[in-house]
Amino acid sequence: MLGYLIEKEFKQIKRDWILPKLILIFPFIALILLPYAANFDIKDIRVVVVDNDKSSYSNQILNKLRANTSININYIEDTYAKAMDLIQEDRADMIINIPSGFEKDYIVNKNSKLLIAVNTVNGMKGSISAMYAQNIISDFSLEKNSSIQVINSPSMEIQPLYAFNKTLNYKFFMVPALMVMILTLICGFLPAFNIVGEKEKGNMEQINVSPITKPVFILSKLIPYWIIGAIVISIGFLVAWLFYGITPQGSIFTVYIFSFIFTLAISGLGLVLSNYAQTYQQAVFMMFFFIMILILMSGLYTPFNSMPPWAQAIGSFSPLKYFIDVMRCVYLKGSNIVELLPQLYALLGFVVVVNTWAILSYRKKN
Amino acid sequence: MMVKVSGMLRSSINYKFMEDVIVVRDLTKRFGHFVAVDNISFNVKKGEIFGFLGANGAGKTTAMRILCGLSRPTSGEASVGGFDIRHESEKIKKNIGYMSQKFSLYQDLKVWENIKLFAGIYGMKRNEIASKTDILLKELGFEKEKNTLVKDLPLGWKQKLAFSVAIFHNPKIVFLDEPTGGVDPITRRQFWEMIYNASQKGITVFVTTHYMDEAEYCDRISIMVDGRIEAMSSPKELKREYNAESIDEVFTLLATKSTRKEI
Repeated sequence: MLGYLIEKEFKQIKRDWILPKLILIFPFIALILLPYAANFDIKDIRVVVVDNDKSSYSNQILNKLRANTSININYIEDTYAKAMDLIQEDRADMIINIPSGFEKDYIVNKNSKLLIAVNTVNGMKGSISAMYAQNIISDFSLEKNSSIQVINSPSMEIQPLYAFNKTLNYKFFMVPALMVMILTLICGFLPAFNIVGEKEKGNMEQINVSPITKPVFILSKLIPYWIIGAIVISIGFLVAWLFYGITPQGSIFTVYIFSFIFTLAISGLGLVLSNYAQTYQQAVFMMFFFIMILILMSGLYTPFNSMPPWAQAIGSFSPLKYFIDVMRCVYLKGSNIVELLPQLYALLGFVVVVNTWAILSYRKKN
Repeated sequence: MMVKVSGMLRSSINYKFMEDVIVVRDLTKRFGHFVAVDNISFNVKKGEIFGFLGANGAGKTTAMRILCGLSRPTSGEASVGGFDIRHESEKIKKNIGYMSQKFSLYQDLKVWENIKLFAGIYGMKRNEIASKTDILLKELGFEKEKNTLVKDLPLGWKQKLAFSVAIFHNPKIVFLDEPTGGVDPITRRQFWEMIYNASQKGITVFVTTHYMDEAEYCDRISIMVDGRIEAMSSPKELKREYNAESIDEVFTLLATKSTRKEI
């Protein structure tokens, strides 16, 4: 019985004028475009320097700044007020103010002060820019073996250790996670529209009056998207490798196993919503609501650990969170399945709960 | 070729000693305060063509959906094919065919694919499906349409196909909900020949209709008004009882008593 139903699902998908194209093209386009939108590398920081010391040390600092590829010294001004005007006019992003007596303090007291002022209208760009500048200056002070107090910047000492992604390339971080998002969109939305579509067209009545059992019906909806999921994620692997040279540090089988489990969870969620929805419109809206929350709470764009505890608690109900974890760990750290057992259990838990729910919420009778 | 059997001939068959395949006792369905089906009782015998008549909103479809296990009754009892509608609806579903008012085959599947799918759902074997499909398409004169998508068929053909699919697995009973709505007179005639053929094979036919000429073809009819069965007998008996020329007249007489607005 199941065989006939699965055959039917594939025929319908194949005959849809847009679905097969979308399933194949979507992962390509998304993986080629989105990593650039989600790029947090800050380039071309426009710096205005106010050098009141005009000493050899201040010169050395300027040279160090010039050597950094992310930082461009665009202006040199006499006064802080003039520099501030440039920030106001949005012609510069950061002021580096070297006070007079900087070199003297440095040599005599082994301690001198320097001001960094950053435009934080864009908070993300601002804090990263400040961090860059600060790193350069601490570098300098390490060389000279004395301390420079950087004012107006985070008070703690920042010593970033870029483990596992040494080039600090955001694509290595985003591409594996974006694959999860693509899988979610395709294997979550399509099943969500499937059952409700049959309701609207009247086919459901014919199915409900047949002796089909609920688990068989749900399986017949689940398995096709499971196979589509495997195709989508394979395209994802291929694009990551061909376009970005990104391949998993760990085993590709680990990634496949997890993507198979994840697809069952997210498709099951789509089916649950499809069971409750009476119309396409309702299904679209409900699915959009859930997917948006699941994606934004999953740590795809923002670090999961920097969310407040209550938000983390909500986020831990997102299967995406676990699969994104897995993808990043396998791609960047080369984790194996044993190290990822907590994520495995969590995802299996989702599969069981969501699909049981899908079977129970499918009503043949009202 | 199909053999045309006249209504008169069939009415002479005596169903009195045959077994009941549908037994309905005091069946009621309420939606809130609205009583869609109001305490109806009737029996349908094996092989009978039972016409279920009523104006729009009289409760025909609701009653039929309850018998098919698609809807729960509020109160009352019923059995279909010997199975209780409350507790054995999945067993009932193995033994019935159903053709809903709204066309419900898959429009994006081909003719043979729809036949195969539903035959498969009812547990028929692959080779049996294949051979029986060829016979069916020949009978229907659909050989050339085997590979046509169902959405490209004219309405009358769709209805014939839907009926054929509903009885393909040889059910004990077939439920037809206004099967000839919007169909031209010639196709309607052919459709009723198909119904007669099915009945000849021993399939009980439970059919709702709006066409009073079709009601004349039934062995027995019931006329529903506002959720209640107002009259039930053979067309001949009814005409005599109400001193009418046609079932149309009988129906008009009864249906004008309705106080319910169309829904």
